[in-house]
Amino acid sequence: MDDLLAARSQMALSLGFHIIFACIGMVMPFFMATSHYKYLKTGEIVYKDLTKAWSRGVAIFFVTGAVSGTMLSFELGLLWPKFMLHAGPIFGMPFSLEGTAFFIEAIALGFYLYGWGKFKPWFHWATGVVVGISGLASGILVVAANGWMNSPTGFDFVNGEYLNIDPVKALFNEAWFSQALHMTLAAFAATGFAVAGIHAYLLLKGKNDVFHRKAFLIAISFGAVAAILQPLSGDISAKDIAVRQPAKLAAMEAHFETSKVAPLIIGGIPDEENETVNYAIKIPGALSFFAHGDFEAEVIGLDQFPKENHPPVMVTHFAFQIMVGLGMIMMGLSLLFFFSIWKRKSWQGSRWFLWLFALATPLGFIAVEAGWTVTEVGRQPWIIYEILKTKDALSPIPGIAYTFYLFTAIYLSLSLVVGFLLVRQIRSVPKASENISGISESQSTNS
Amino acid sequence: MIYVVIIFLGLSILLYVLLGGADFGAGIVEITTQSKMRDRIRATTYKTIGPVWEANHMWLIITIVILFVGFPKVYTMLSIHLHIPLVLMLIGIIGRGTAFVFRHYDAVKDDMQRVYNLIFTYSSFVTPFFLGLIFGAAVSGRVNPTAVDYYQSFIYPWFNFFSVSVGIFTVMICGFLAAVYLVGETEENEVKSLFLKKARLFLVLMVLAGGLVFLAAEVDELGLAHLLLLEPITMGILFLATIALVVLWLQLGKGKRKVSRFLSGFVVTAILLAFGYHYFPNIILTESGENLSVFNSAALGKPIDSLAWALLIGSLLILPSLFYLLFSFQRPKVVD
Repeated sequence: MDDLLAARSQMALSLGFHIIFACIGMVMPFFMATSHYKYLKTGEIVYKDLTKAWSRGVAIFFVTGAVSGTMLSFELGLLWPKFMLHAGPIFGMPFSLEGTAFFIEAIALGFYLYGWGKFKPWFHWATGVVVGISGLASGILVVAANGWMNSPTGFDFVNGEYLNIDPVKALFNEAWFSQALHMTLAAFAATGFAVAGIHAYLLLKGKNDVFHRKAFLIAISFGAVAAILQPLSGDISAKDIAVRQPAKLAAMEAHFETSKVAPLIIGGIPDEENETVNYAIKIPGALSFFAHGDFEAEVIGLDQFPKENHPPVMVTHFAFQIMVGLGMIMMGLSLLFFFSIWKRKSWQGSRWFLWLFALATPLGFIAVEAGWTVTEVGRQPWIIYEILKTKDALSPIPGIAYTFYLFTAIYLSLSLVVGFLLVRQIRSVPKASENISGISESQSTNS
Repeated sequence: MIYVVIIFLGLSILLYVLLGGADFGAGIVEITTQSKMRDRIRATTYKTIGPVWEANHMWLIITIVILFVGFPKVYTMLSIHLHIPLVLMLIGIIGRGTAFVFRHYDAVKDDMQRVYNLIFTYSSFVTPFFLGLIFGAAVSGRVNPTAVDYYQSFIYPWFNFFSVSVGIFTVMICGFLAAVYLVGETEENEVKSLFLKKARLFLVLMVLAGGLVFLAAEVDELGLAHLLLLEPITMGILFLATIALVVLWLQLGKGKRKVSRFLSGFVVTAILLAFGYHYFPNIILTESGENLSVFNSAALGKPIDSLAWALLIGSLLILPSLFYLLFSFQRPKVVD
């Protein structure tokens, strides 16, 4: 394995790992705070059990997200020092603000996790809300930094020098809004579906009905709203990418030739040698419409870019198809859920309904990984779009393959342990609450 | 504005060593404790560092962000030439953070606890060791940006007596901070006397390791002792630290936990200040003598100004809530 491939793989692995934990760590506090709110309002002890169970999950995911995020802040330099040398001062603004947001999140989490019975109930609850809001803020800020790599602004690039740096302008780069919106909704949809799916599965197993039903409802409500809004944000992203990074859009769509009335390509296997797509369904004019809001519009193809600057078409195209396909399934399930709330409450107890959601558990996270693959692989060969190539940013240290193997082993074992912990966590839930669920507890005993 | 950033850089390093160090130290104290007592001290360390360890860890993130935004040349040079110890430190950070949370939040308490404990204690040792080693390597004057072979570029800068001894010194500092802190955190007499013993032990070990750093500096011909003698301010600070250590030794065990904590914090702050003052404004000393300082490596202009503002605004939000966090968990627990 050469050093460039090893470094890219290590980065992909680290980001791919971090993103799952970051999403959950960012979204679950909202579930926890909602359940906590219901407990404070109704006094039903099952909500307290649920809040505590979820907060243990938040702690595990938060710490895993925090350490993997720390790793990333080092890996940026360890793997791509020449990128960080120039990019650091330019896109550092979101990172310095993110540091603050993350710090507040860690402090608030300290208050929240250890605060049961120590603080006034509503203050305690509010610290949980702060965990959620600051987590969300740090997520948005980190995505803004990534947006800068796709849309580098806030400096003048003259003869290889980065001059007239303006970090605030770099923070509000053109890509930040569409990327942050898309990612935030994705995090809510993915986490909502994953958490709801696990509780749906436990309902199917016939465990602690009241507990899991309440958990399912809270999680899916967040997930479904996000999944329904997501295609809208996807549309904003597509229109933005069409203008800003036409090569990425062309790779996503395997759109080799610049054309008017460009067709939307669904499925298919791109042949990068002959610049064709085999076995695909083509909807005439649809790509023009999605990219520019006009069926007649011209869409730039890969032929407009020198071959060495083409992103890998196959990977980008497949990843994009997976993301969109899964997004559609999740939107469908969300509509089904809202329909059940509106007309068919009885569906929510039936096995087929629960099975649908149980099977959907991993979909959101697969879509998130696929989406990041589109963003990151679609930007190649650039690390800073049209400014610096990935291969030119690589660390001079040889033998990166070994650190890649090492980190693979670490991430694999961490994933196994977290999975193992979650299973044990879930198994212990019914024991914790089945004897007491349904019994109200006066709030005054908790102050 | 550059001074604001420099102050925050120094402050974040200091707070990471003091607060994060006390955390790591809890793991180090645990390794050096006989296994039959470990469960009992674990209860205390858990109660003490549980709510704050994550916040303590944040100081490292702040340090890193300040480095790569404000001093990108320093950040990249460290990343390249100290790649190996940085990776080892990272492994320590991962192991420690996750094992600490896993061992507490695992729903079932069984043999897995032993695995978590093992990872927690060893990585509590590994992380500060490499952190210290990296500090030592940065100022040992062996970083060589023009080196071409593997050994000269990636091993020689840190694999030497001086860097290793700074690593050991850092470990002892952490053990010392934690033991002194933990003395005041338990009501059980047996556990308390154990921490007291550890506090005395690590105080002695820290002084010895400090001596080792000077010895190593002489062996590696860094002239540290000789240069320090010419600096009255550094000498003054170290002299005050020595007095504080003596006072601390005399009053340890008299139950004045605030005084002991203050003194131990003061000693460590003084050590960092003395070294910081000695090397200021340099951060990385290189073989060729073209050192990287906080001035010649800074991303001046708007990047530094906006970083300074972000830090100022951030600290207005962070510091009060952090103090409140530390303060409120000092109070006895009311109800579960």
